Amino acid sequence: MMKKIYGGRKSLSLILVLLSTLTITLSGCSSKKAEDSVTQDSNVESTSAESTDASQDEAGIEETDDLSKITVGIPQDLDSMDPHTANGAGTKEILFNIYEGLVKPDENGNLVPAVASEYTISEDGTVYSFTLRDGIKFHDGNPVTVEDIKYSIERNAGTDGSEPLVSAFSNISSVNIIDDSHIDIVLDQANTEFLAYLDIAIIPASNSDTEGNPIGTGPYKFVSRSPQENLILTRFDDYWGDAAYIKDVTIKIEANADAVVMDLEGGSIDMYARLTSTQVSQLSDTFEVYEGTMNLVQALFLNNAVKPFDDVRVRQALCYAIDPQTIMDFVSDGKGTEIGSNVFPAFTKYFMPELTDTYNQDIDKAKELLSEAGYPDGFEFTITVASNYTQHVDTAQVISEQLKEIGVTANIQEVEWNSWLSDVYTDRNYESTVVGVDASTLTGYALFSRFASDAHNNFTNYNNSDYDAAFANAVATADDDEKTKYYKECETILAEDAANVYIQDLPEFVALNKKYTGYVFYPLYVQDLSKIRPAE
Amino acid sequence: MKYIIKKILMMILTLVVVSFCVFLAFSLIPGDPATRKLGTEATPELIMQYREKMGLNDPLLVRYFRWLISFIKGDMGTSYSYSVPVSSMLMNKLPITLTLGIMSFVMMIVISIPLGIYTAKHENGYIDKVIVVINQIIMAVPPFFSGILLTFLFGMIFKLFTPGGFVSYTQDMGAFLKYLILPAISIALPKAAMSTKLLRGSVIAEAEKDYTRTAYSRGNSTTEVLYRHVLKNAMIPVITFMGMALADMIAGSIVIEQVFSIPGISRILLTSISNRDYPVVEAIIMGIAILVIVTNLLVDIIYRIIDPRIETME
Repeated sequence: MMKKIYGGRKSLSLILVLLSTLTITLSGCSSKKAEDSVTQDSNVESTSAESTDASQDEAGIEETDDLSKITVGIPQDLDSMDPHTANGAGTKEILFNIYEGLVKPDENGNLVPAVASEYTISEDGTVYSFTLRDGIKFHDGNPVTVEDIKYSIERNAGTDGSEPLVSAFSNISSVNIIDDSHIDIVLDQANTEFLAYLDIAIIPASNSDTEGNPIGTGPYKFVSRSPQENLILTRFDDYWGDAAYIKDVTIKIEANADAVVMDLEGGSIDMYARLTSTQVSQLSDTFEVYEGTMNLVQALFLNNAVKPFDDVRVRQALCYAIDPQTIMDFVSDGKGTEIGSNVFPAFTKYFMPELTDTYNQDIDKAKELLSEAGYPDGFEFTITVASNYTQHVDTAQVISEQLKEIGVTANIQEVEWNSWLSDVYTDRNYESTVVGVDASTLTGYALFSRFASDAHNNFTNYNNSDYDAAFANAVATADDDEKTKYYKECETILAEDAANVYIQDLPEFVALNKKYTGYVFYPLYVQDLSKIRPAE
Repeated sequence: MKYIIKKILMMILTLVVVSFCVFLAFSLIPGDPATRKLGTEATPELIMQYREKMGLNDPLLVRYFRWLISFIKGDMGTSYSYSVPVSSMLMNKLPITLTLGIMSFVMMIVISIPLGIYTAKHENGYIDKVIVVINQIIMAVPPFFSGILLTFLFGMIFKLFTPGGFVSYTQDMGAFLKYLILPAISIALPKAAMSTKLLRGSVIAEAEKDYTRTAYSRGNSTTEVLYRHVLKNAMIPVITFMGMALADMIAGSIVIEQVFSIPGISRILLTSISNRDYPVVEAIIMGIAILVIVTNLLVDIIYRIIDPRIETME
């Protein structure tokens, strides 16, 4: 060993040097702060003379520069950049900004032409003809061609012999290019709801790496992505429609739900959707909180194939025992919209508000039904709920309390989302679960198909021949009024037969820094960033 | 030399066992990468097709050996959830976690060694007593808590840094390092406290031994005795501890990366476990295992340098 000599004094001074270095480096951070926290209170600030100077120096530049960019926090990373294999609702709502289909939904839930400039549907509902929008370009500058449309549709229809990515597309018999700007999609069976599925993204046929180099036609184009970190987008200046206001968008993955409020307040994110009501109450008035609904059906879903839920009286007893309003009071300060069947209110075409009164809380009636069914002393069952969804876990707890009144014991089992997907949803190995079910498209089919007895996604094992008949009629008819009538029949059956205990459409809270404005809710899972603009 | 070869063979065996355990664990826990990837709308046929394509239908051992062989060849496979090669994905994240680890390790050393020696030298002095008490308190505080505390203090009150405002090293190296200071402090503090305590105790114990008295009697000053004789012996338990602490810090960074929203290896590990993304998890676990084993090896070698008697004892 070398001969190193530190005196006692020296080691003390070494500590002091270290400590002061740390202090200096930390105070060095002050210039960083000015970049992000534009909205902080200047009184607080003046405690440190140094940092005030720094913020004033940069304030002038920031003011103009800052509003042309926005950072949006999302709870989970995107599951794919390929619009055809992406499936998470949280992924699709972001990809909405990059990709467009032949048609796309607007904020009222209507389908408006996008890549196509107009469309016609043949009388019998089997031929859908589209006209390609004139001069529309992909993000890489190449024009969109009818070949790209054909490629995109066939990629989802499994024309090459693989399984269709969109099961509704198995109904496509052929995609015919008429000329350079016209294309026909021919169906095997008439389906007047098919247009809703044609919001599927149109992507260039020449792009071999959709995952790594996503190219679409939407108002924002892809810049870069870093797993579990962020996704960076920039405005597409050749966009055919109304251009986006804000130039640079950073989508930041907020893996730690507990840090969301701190990150909003600290200024590292400007917007966050799906806040809980507790988080909303912690926010300062720097933020505008937009209130909407999540557009999903939250229910205590019952496995209709297991005892005692195979008995309609037991299911009805649960409906009488559970009061949605109490749940809403506990879970989200009374916000939320009560529902009585498998339709959420934004679906105005099918939503029947009167069904919420099918079962008003009535403990005696519930007890009576239970004794009729042979359970005068109640029974015990398990609610399996995905632990990452706080609202569903909270709901399950309130339900468990309410059911005690009729002598029924509900044990809550929290599982990880993945276990939920495989055990509950895929294998149907459960008794009951609280979850929210959304609609993939704005069609009655998307809402009601999962309760047909032979549906692959009928995870509640619901089996009712009247329902199956009404559903088949709804799908078969081409007449819109007829269709609506049959779908409403489905809806009524689900309520009266107490297929599940329908609770509410959950409230959604979106926080947006007051520097920005213009957030709009869609009746589907969509975060339309192109509508957000500086507040001036 | 024989010793090194023996160690390397043990290392390979350990890695094989570790990697198999990970595979086994994944086959025991519920959840399936196919349902995760394809979501709730997927038809059973589509799920089957995906499982077939990804080779998920093969028996455990077949899958394990297929993975092992390509891993040995240097191919870590493709991430299920990101559809990109695992190696390129991890290479982008490695500098983040590595920097954090090195920063906290260096902090631990520069805080604890001078402090340990100082307190030992001035045992029962005024400063020593204060430091011993502070040490006890810091040891009792888990990193995630001090992390939250530091974020609140420096982020919300002093506004010296932006909570969650992580800047990647590719964008701005300076801002990146600045952001990592507080997380590194949270990880380093309890370890530094423990290591200070250990070094202090160890120096005091060594100073009472016979050879110290002999050294003094030969006319050496306190400083010379301390640095030339006592410290060499006193460092042995401390180095052992620091070796363990290095492994512990990697584990600690899993929590700290969550608290400070740092998109490093640990966050990838967590999400990959919940996505059932085996190739990514395997690669990261192997990396951590190699790190732990190599650290142990280094600690052994350092022992030998500090105290040649260890070699002859074997």
